[in-house]
Amino acid sequence: MNRTLFDKVWDAHIVRSIEDGPDVLFIDRHLIHEVTSPVAFLGLENRGIGVMYPNRTFATADHNTPTVNQHLPVEDPLSANQLKALEQNSNKYGISHWGLGHEKNGIVHVVGPENGITLPGMTIVCGDSHTSTHGAFGAIAFGIGTSEVEMVLSSQCIMQPKPKKMRITVNGKLGHGVTPKDVALYIISQITTAGGTGHFIEYAGEVFENMTMEGRMTVCNLSIESGARGGMIAPDQTTFDYIKGREQAPKGEKWEELVAYWKTLKTDQEATFDKEYTFDASNIEPMITYGTNPGMGIGISQKIPTVSQAKENEATYKKSLDYMGYNESDPISGKKVDYVFVGSCTNGRIEDFRAFASIVKGKKKAENVTAWIVPGSHIVEAQIKEEGILDILTEAGFALRQPGCSACLAMNDDKIPAGKYAVSTSNRNFEGRQGPGARTMLASPYTAAAAAITGVVTDPREFL
Amino acid sequence: MAYDKFNILTSTAVPLPIENVDTDQIIPARFLKATERKGFGDNLFRDWRYNVDGTPKESFVLNNPIYGGKILVGGKNFGSGSSREHAAWSVYDYGFRCVISSFFADIFKGNCLNVGVLPVQVSEEFVEKIFRAIEADPKTEIEVNLPEQKVILKATGEAESFEINSYKKENMLNGYDDIDYLQAMKTEIADFEIKRPF
Repeated sequence: MNRTLFDKVWDAHIVRSIEDGPDVLFIDRHLIHEVTSPVAFLGLENRGIGVMYPNRTFATADHNTPTVNQHLPVEDPLSANQLKALEQNSNKYGISHWGLGHEKNGIVHVVGPENGITLPGMTIVCGDSHTSTHGAFGAIAFGIGTSEVEMVLSSQCIMQPKPKKMRITVNGKLGHGVTPKDVALYIISQITTAGGTGHFIEYAGEVFENMTMEGRMTVCNLSIESGARGGMIAPDQTTFDYIKGREQAPKGEKWEELVAYWKTLKTDQEATFDKEYTFDASNIEPMITYGTNPGMGIGISQKIPTVSQAKENEATYKKSLDYMGYNESDPISGKKVDYVFVGSCTNGRIEDFRAFASIVKGKKKAENVTAWIVPGSHIVEAQIKEEGILDILTEAGFALRQPGCSACLAMNDDKIPAGKYAVSTSNRNFEGRQGPGARTMLASPYTAAAAAITGVVTDPREFL
Repeated sequence: MAYDKFNILTSTAVPLPIENVDTDQIIPARFLKATERKGFGDNLFRDWRYNVDGTPKESFVLNNPIYGGKILVGGKNFGSGSSREHAAWSVYDYGFRCVISSFFADIFKGNCLNVGVLPVQVSEEFVEKIFRAIEADPKTEIEVNLPEQKVILKATGEAESFEINSYKKENMLNGYDDIDYLQAMKTEIADFEIKRPF
């Protein structure tokens, strides 16, 4: 039978199929954090049941954590309370917990892969929509709600109807200065934020085959922004090389055995998809968003679309531009920038800071710009220091903060003030996402670096 | 978390004809810090509903006394973005039992079904019809009939069917959830777990 990569992984996890209902799907790894787990733990208590497989569950603190002075008590009492609840619940049920101050602490979707917790062929869930990140390894990984967190804690299973399958192929070679983030923003701008709804995406083609694991993670991370439950890429030598030797990765004979299995995880030649898109890499330039959802993105040399060109209806589109303070047909290049944020589970990995540093090296930060440079984990932070990136940043006038979700979602102290413009490497430009009234433009670390130097939206290719 | 059973709901509805309403709008992240599930209705659509000083924005539909009821009618691609179940909790806690749209984001839809809010997907034309009916008469009544899987505009009798899988329908009709189901198959799950390669 001809099956897709998605079929192969999904089918291997079905404990039971319910007629005209969901599949009972076994979950190999459950990642939890402080925001979406406390009510689930409370649910367990109310029902008088426990955690079925604590060794398949990993906890890290990230959404609420401050990115300065992490050695001090957390000031916000509500944040401190959630962080404490995660620690207490983890201790109570024997779940390994990488809280604030732990050497491996960081954003859930950064620490999973970098410690070898994420492996090909797994099912991985977390109460966070960007769980789709882990699909870069050829895993089925998706975000879930708190009721489902409770389900997985109590039974290691989730009840899900099998999504439809979509393949997005990008062929050709990416242009100079065009990054995985640009590829993802381009795809979303083409298929819209609802284009992937009901589907699981497989990314295929030369562009993804040639992409690094960190680049693949960025692309899969943003799958949810096209509405898809998740995205995945068939594991290959790049995947195996990335995983090998990581702390929790399998070793010795077990490793050989698994690699042999992982090599079978690819879509059969004759397998079919419910929907297919094909794009040409040469059409993609550095991308930036101008509106209030991730699908409202354009090439950096382009103009903001007119109302009649927009994919949204007129009222929705006008509301969006009004929020951003932009007019239709304005060029995006040259727009004022007040804040630059590099970090998040989308672009908080070492390659992102290497990219940022490659542009800011030997230059100075624009005076009008406040820049928040936030590693995704302590391991990334250590790499930044070891590789001399910190020196480059310091010389250019930037300071490095401590790991966490930071300004991605305005749950901690890092909030963009109302009315201010931010170029952010994160994943969402929704109204108020980075703070009430904040105006977000999503872009790659290169584009963020160019803006941080010039103080306005700037084509990063000018510096490359 | 058990919820009230859902059978036939007849109510007026609140219109929100905006596309791509993401869960950050339904409840902004700064209101997700509770460790218990209560009080989320107060912050439903917080930044659309209130000014910075906490006074209600008169122009927002939830602050308009002529609209009310247990049904929220949204534009297409409702509930996109973050997976936060708090969005569904806030909709339920505010008093809505049903959201009607021509298109829902997956996780939001799943969350709603898990917490007792019925997401009803009907055609774009029918949603438009509902918006027009409410615009003409804010007291217009809508019947959401789960057993028959139908939405009916009471004044004219115009109706459209909606889909829901029979397992979820049964859950909603009886007010029970997946955890009850999974607890009953723990031996089967344990037998499966032993065979996992990792």
